[in-house]
Amino acid sequence: MTAQEKNIVLRGEGLKQHYEVSQGFLKPKGIVKAVDGVSFEVAAGKTLAVVGESGCGKSTLARQLTMIETPTAGSIEFNGKNLLALTGDAKKEARQRIQIIFQNPYGSLNPRKKVGHILEEPLVINSEMTPPDRKERALYLLEKVGLKAEHYDRYPHMFSGGQRQRIAIARGLMMNPKVVVADEPVSALDVSVQAQVLNLMMDIQKEFGLAYIFISHDLSVVEHIADEVLVMYLGRVVEQGPTEQIFKNPKHPYTRALLSSTPRIKPEQRIEKIRLPGELPSPMNPPLGCAFHGRCKYANDQCRHITPELIAKEDGSKIRCFAYEEGRLDY
Amino acid sequence: MSLLSVKNLSVTFGTGENPFRAVDRLSYDVNAGEVLGIVGESGSGKSVSSLALMGLIDFPGKVMADTLDFEGNKLLEMSDKARRKITGDDIAMIFQDPMTALNPCFTVGNQIMEAIEVHQGGSRKERKAKAIDLLRQVGIPAPEERINVYPHQLSGGMSQRVMIAMAIACDPKLLIADEPTTALDVTIQAQIIDLLLDLQKQKNMGLILITHDLALVSEAADRVVVMYAGQVVETGPAAEIFANPQHPYTEALMKSLPESAAGKERLDALAGVVPGANDRPNGCLLNPRCPYVMDKCREQEPELIATDSHAVRCFKPLLKQEDAA
Repeated sequence: MTAQEKNIVLRGEGLKQHYEVSQGFLKPKGIVKAVDGVSFEVAAGKTLAVVGESGCGKSTLARQLTMIETPTAGSIEFNGKNLLALTGDAKKEARQRIQIIFQNPYGSLNPRKKVGHILEEPLVINSEMTPPDRKERALYLLEKVGLKAEHYDRYPHMFSGGQRQRIAIARGLMMNPKVVVADEPVSALDVSVQAQVLNLMMDIQKEFGLAYIFISHDLSVVEHIADEVLVMYLGRVVEQGPTEQIFKNPKHPYTRALLSSTPRIKPEQRIEKIRLPGELPSPMNPPLGCAFHGRCKYANDQCRHITPELIAKEDGSKIRCFAYEEGRLDY
Repeated sequence: MSLLSVKNLSVTFGTGENPFRAVDRLSYDVNAGEVLGIVGESGSGKSVSSLALMGLIDFPGKVMADTLDFEGNKLLEMSDKARRKITGDDIAMIFQDPMTALNPCFTVGNQIMEAIEVHQGGSRKERKAKAIDLLRQVGIPAPEERINVYPHQLSGGMSQRVMIAMAIACDPKLLIADEPTTALDVTIQAQIIDLLLDLQKQKNMGLILITHDLALVSEAADRVVVMYAGQVVETGPAAEIFANPQHPYTEALMKSLPESAAGKERLDALAGVVPGANDRPNGCLLNPRCPYVMDKCREQEPELIATDSHAVRCFKPLLKQEDAA
């Protein structure tokens, strides 16, 4: 199938984000590879989840996609156009079509502005709409996210966490986006409220045909909402594939460890615990070879010296692991 | 005799006719070597109740209880000085956010040694040796060097390990862990929970694990207390509660987890939020959100009724699954 038939709205190709860091006077500059060669595509109405521990580059990727940060290498294609080559009005237009919802609704809403102002601000900046039109659109979206017209004149502090996240979602939708990047949208919320917000996000996705980039570290949420999953470790993708493949048959030892560390309420859903020793290595001086080798019990000499490639498999998934290729894994 | 016995603990804020009951007649026991899980949404009184145990509720908060006994000592009747001897020594607490709970101005060694100095004394050398030993027990590599680092030099998981080292410095008999892993990644969460449970078994401590993560409690706790708006709505052995939840609230919480909705498009979300200070309903506090609500629930408040080890506060507890089948 061609990209048009699959209706791909956003595609990343070999995205890299390298930062130069000063290590001290007269010392050579170090390089942090926050994102190192990530490729993906999302179709309209589909959800791509990006999972991994803090420091793996999930949020940097989100910043690249929303054009907050310019990638040091690679390309982003939005609706078939290269985002990085856009200038002027075309760039402004593309920015409006890719929106972001942040993790912490207590920090992402301006406490001094009323909800109406927060919602209309993007319209004031980007459109020629008259004030009554703007208000109409704000009220329409407030209703869509399950809030009432009377909330238009209130301040953010008058709302609970779940309601604030609804406001943040409504704000993200004001410019009629095609892609919404959601950076841990429910991790600050209680379970019951989390379920409400997830339901809302899925309803809205259906209604507006949105593509989601859903960034999360909670695998049980990802399993529910995602169509495709990207597992990242230290800036690189270690496993990528359809959600069902990843959850039924995790191949990479890191994916498996993540899954087994996620607590489950039903005893039959728990899988044998794999405990990872240690923590994510420093991105300043990542280990030689496979970045995961220090925490992997299957690591051998090859893993310690050579970096494995991301290899595509028949079932549609991709995996970066020598032990898997050589059949050294015992699950 | 149980290690900690709490009967009808209430914490109220505000004065006048209608003070706000953050915790309302909470009762539970913790035995040595037992893990008690307390779960509930934000605003259900989990943390306030544990602060009350530690004597950390300041004026104008008011703590009342029929019984608040630790090893038979009445915590509410003793002098502040005597109570301070117990808290921090026999009862220790681990707070939610390790990054803010540690003092950024002192090295971690200094902070651990402070706890030892206050409660056990000893020479500086002995205290330092003990601190290094504690860091080793909580799995911090190269403890001799790490003892001299400041909290900002540690990751979240490492800071939480330091917090645990401080908490177990005086060999407490009861450890209260208030959302010990909420700020951490899943793999680190698994490490910290394993560490807590290991230490708890090794030292035969009682452990109160406060969290909003039902799945975590179901894996770690022996007994569970489910709280809603300051009240206990259900309590019992963990395996039993999660296999056969009898209170609509427990059931709703479990249903709202994504893992319960496998194969389904939508999650079964419980509508609404925990009522705050000014909007607590009459009758059963859950009635505006409860899918099984009856007229009686809006007028009368149900009592916590115990059958065997399982107690539930509901006029119409859900049938056990085998009875229903």
